[in-house]
Amino acid sequence: MSVTAAFDRARAEGRAALVAYLPAGYPSVAEGIEAMRAVVAAGADLVEVGLPYSDPVMDGPVIQRATQAALGAGCRTADVLRTVEAVAAAGAPVVVMTYWNPVERYGVDSFARDLAAAGGAGLITPDLIPDEAGEWLAAADTHDLDRIFLVSPSSTDARLAATVARCRGFVYATAVMGVTGAREQTSQAAPELVRRVRATGTTLPVGVGLGVRDRAQAATVAGYADAVIVGSALVDALASGPARLTELTADLAAGIRTPLSPPPASI
Amino acid sequence: MSTAGHGSDAAGQRPDATGHWGRFGGRFVPEALVAALDELADAHAAAMADDGFRAEFDAMLREYANCPSPLYEARRLSEAVGARVLLKREDLNHTGAHKVRNVLGQALLARRMGKPRVIAETGAGQHGVAAATAAAYLDLECVVYMGEVDTRRQALNVARMRMLGATVVPVDTGSRTLKDAINEALRDWVTNVDKTHYLLGTAAGPHPFPAMVRDFVRGIGVEAREQCLVATGALPDAVTACVGGGSNAIGAFHAFLDDAPVRLYGFEAGGDGMATGRHAASLTGGAVGVLHGARTYLLQDDDGQTVESHSISAGLDYPAVGPEHAWLHATGRADYRAVTDAEAMEAFALLSRTEGIICAIESAHALAGTMRVVPELAAALGRRPTVVVTLSGRGDKDMTTAGTWFGLLAEGDR
Repeated sequence: MSVTAAFDRARAEGRAALVAYLPAGYPSVAEGIEAMRAVVAAGADLVEVGLPYSDPVMDGPVIQRATQAALGAGCRTADVLRTVEAVAAAGAPVVVMTYWNPVERYGVDSFARDLAAAGGAGLITPDLIPDEAGEWLAAADTHDLDRIFLVSPSSTDARLAATVARCRGFVYATAVMGVTGAREQTSQAAPELVRRVRATGTTLPVGVGLGVRDRAQAATVAGYADAVIVGSALVDALASGPARLTELTADLAAGIRTPLSPPPASI
Repeated sequence: MSTAGHGSDAAGQRPDATGHWGRFGGRFVPEALVAALDELADAHAAAMADDGFRAEFDAMLREYANCPSPLYEARRLSEAVGARVLLKREDLNHTGAHKVRNVLGQALLARRMGKPRVIAETGAGQHGVAAATAAAYLDLECVVYMGEVDTRRQALNVARMRMLGATVVPVDTGSRTLKDAINEALRDWVTNVDKTHYLLGTAAGPHPFPAMVRDFVRGIGVEAREQCLVATGALPDAVTACVGGGSNAIGAFHAFLDDAPVRLYGFEAGGDGMATGRHAASLTGGAVGVLHGARTYLLQDDDGQTVESHSISAGLDYPAVGPEHAWLHATGRADYRAVTDAEAMEAFALLSRTEGIICAIESAHALAGTMRVVPELAAALGRRPTVVVTLSGRGDKDMTTAGTWFGLLAEGDR
């Protein structure tokens, strides 16, 4: 299934989509694949497969620990592609979240080709901004892949417009100024950022990530965004075992089906 | 003479407006940092064009940092090496290294931007101490990230930073060394960017850091060029420096880039030897990739995962290098070679015994490499060459390492 189809389905059901991040290779390649299939079964609409990297500057402690463990256990880029193939075969759209150097090392076009062949739908690139993405944009076009760039509360209107114009699939709005990791409260800046993305005139869905950890927060974000992106909380849950992961995913899936109304813009 | 000599000249046409030297450099960062990098690039450009800023920076270097540093003709060393050796004595600067130029420039810029807080990464602690010094001098809050392994290896520098009023945060992620301290500083910066300047310690990282740090340290070469002309009546045949991230080397090289006859040599840390794989020579032993915000040469495996570097010298123990060096390497304008731990320590001893100067082990790499290229230079020129060797820092910090290497310590001191 494509990313667009997943969002269309959620939209047809009158709800936001749930995007679940888990790193490949954690705790092992096989168990990682099982965990991703489990979150799809429990209600995730889209899976973000993290490519473990030695220098993850956008990640907080939870994801750092998990990806370091995956690398320590010998997870390689080939294992990430194998994971994509296994999860995509289970029916959910799969995108890869990766820092840029592993893709550049693999060869940008080769990576795009092999990702597409594995059934992957596209890439989320936390440290590749469109300004530096010429080669990736060309490869994504060639292999019909989605490219999901991040936007931030600190992005100027001009940068928002330029970045959104180069996105395909959806737009990833980072809700807070900071790294990944569950927070007590989701950001007040997020609704405003979603509003600003939509004001660019884009028809792409807008997902909000960084900081969502439970049903109530998912319901809050689902009130104003097209997708709720959850990472660290799921990784934490997986660390406690597959049962806890399924339970949290089901909670989050319930949350997006009972959205709170959007908070007033003045907050 | 101008003590700082910052600002761009003909050679300073690079990088381009987006921070690229050819395919090197650029910005490989989270979008959340772009606004701050744009703000910094604007502030840097405005400061370089502002006579008031330049005068204040010059005065700080002159009155506080002891610049310009002398260009010292090392007669006994010259005899031993077979070249006329002029040492650019950055070891005599306040805090004992070229780094004071960079931290004063950036701290002044942080104040100008209205940022009350600076953060820094440090490996062995030298940049951390320099950053803490500049923060104390300019009344800024200072937080230094340091690998947990390094805080134990360099307890004295941790105490120095705290003495200067800085907060030292041990980093226990990844390999717990310099590159992880940089990662943690970047995470802090993403989170606190509105009030914080990231006082990066070398001419690397995303645009505008490589060009900005270069502009603050390029006084090394500007001074040396003028001092050499006065002392010898001619330009040197070669300028040499050690290269880790590459700030002292780019500072020494930059004023000479347009002087085609002047050969530029950068010496990387060859550690146990290139064949062993245990080294920190990213230009001579690495491959092109992206790390810490820039496209450059780095030590990486087949999957693009960063490989840990190894060197006896903490200041060179970094798995990447500034993008301008990547460019100078790719274009052949500068010649980069690797020097092993053993070669560096031999030069360290030679300088101590011939000149009474105990230099940093980093700087000893520059001297060791110089000794290796002097015969080539002499053969090419048909005469004894004149070489400016950048002595980037002093060696007090390295005496435990040197004492162990040469067996100078009593059993209990090792």
